[in-house]
Order: sequence, then C-alpha cells, then structure tokens
Amino acid sequence: MVWKKGGVMLNCKQASELLSQALDRNISLREKVLLKLHLLICHGCSNFSKQMRVMRQVCRGYLEK
Amino acid sequence: MSQPNPVNMDDLQAQRSYLVRYAMLQLRDPHLAEDVVQETLLVAVESRNKFSGQSTLRTWLTGILKHKILDLRRKQQREGELPNTDEEQDPYENICAESFDNQGHWISPPQTWANPSLSFENQKFWEVFEMCNQRMPLNSAQAFMMREFMDMSTEEICKELAISTTNCWVLLYRARLALRDCLELQWFGRKGA
Repeated sequence: MVWKKGGVMLNCKQASELLSQALDRNISLREKVLLKLHLLICHGCSNFSKQMRVMRQVCRGYLEK
Repeated sequence: MSQPNPVNMDDLQAQRSYLVRYAMLQLRDPHLAEDVVQETLLVAVESRNKFSGQSTLRTWLTGILKHKILDLRRKQQREGELPNTDEEQDPYENICAESFDNQGHWISPPQTWANPSLSFENQKFWEVFEMCNQRMPLNSAQAFMMREFMDMSTEEICKELAISTTNCWVLLYRARLALRDCLELQWFGRKGA
C-alpha cells in the first residue's frame, strides 16, 4: 500500500523508508523482495540496514549501561 | 516490622539514576525529569505492597514512570506548553532533503560502522549518543522515544500523539535518519571506532 507507482526498482530513499518501517510493522512479501533486490546492488542501503539494527541495540544498551 | 518488606528506600534510590536517564530522553528537561522521578518514587513507596516481586524492581518502577511521563505530556499538550513543533520551523525536518538527491539516491551513502559493540564500552560514545538524541527534531524524537525506549507499538504511539499510522512511520523514519546521520558524523565516521 505504500508503493503506489508499482515500479520494480526501489531507489535508496524508498528502500531506507522500508527498512525503517520493517522495525515497526510486518512488511509484505512483495516489499521484502523489492528490498532484497535493492540491497543486493546497493552498498549504502546495506550499511543503513545494519546500522538500523545497531541503533536498536544502542537504545537498549543505553538504558541498561 | 512483623514481616520483611521486599521494597526498601535503598533499593529505590539505587534505581534513581536509571529513572532520571529514562525520563530525560522523553522530557529533555532536567527539572521536569527530576520531578517526575520523584513522583514515581513516592508512588512506589505508597504502593510498595503491590509490588509482587514477579518483575524486577526496575521494570515495576519504569512502568510507573512511563505513565507519569505520558500524563505530564498530555497535561503539557492541553495547556499549550509543548514547544512549537511546526515542521517548517524545525531545521532538522529537512533531514530527508539533506540525505537524498532528486532521484532518491544517497547524497553521502551510509558507511560501514566498524565494531559497534566496542563503542558500547566507551563513555564518550554514550555522551555522543545523548547529544544526538537531544538534536533530533522534537516531534520525531517523541515518537522515536516512545517506540525505542518506552517499548510502545505504532498503534499506541498514533493514539498518544493523535496522528495517522503513515505519519507515525514518517516521524520514526526521520528520527532514525537524523540519529544515524549524527552518530556517523560525530562518532563512527570520525573515529572509525
């Protein structure tokens, strides 16, 4: 429902939006596939994806430190 | 004292700095944070018989504090005391425009963060993290704190902030972009950790 255009390729902005939303909702299979395809070819978004996971750990770690 | 009480003052005091840290994230004001923690400890003392010992003392106290923070936020909102969160006036709302070009490509692509877990042991890192949290745009930060620190679902946040689900995702996204950007600029990119 987020991708009205129905395009095949995500750009980095769309991919990073989806990576963020994946932390807040279950993304659809279609969204997962589009994301995977983008991450395969995009270094920046692959790093972004890892960083989102790190940031969640950081937030947990901050309160427990 | 006929029976041993599971909660004593020393135990409560020992949780104090944790609670203040928690409150500061959401309130960004040391006096308000102190006040709300004080109230929380008072409630805890008054209702210490209700503490079952099934959760940890910290979890129980955090539950009380969370309600106190949300109550205070609602009160501030009712009385128009919340700072202006007009997006146009908030420079950090431009984070999307600063991050991507017109085609939606990264202007400066995210780098590799080497050994992030090592940073967790460095006090300086946590100072940078606090600073980056403070710099986040206020309305995005509120949603982000609720999600990542108060462990609220998107539905609960939407209700609390009276916004749509889509808007909530946008706020969380902006908060993460801003925090990521700040951490990379101020820590990971600079130090190579």
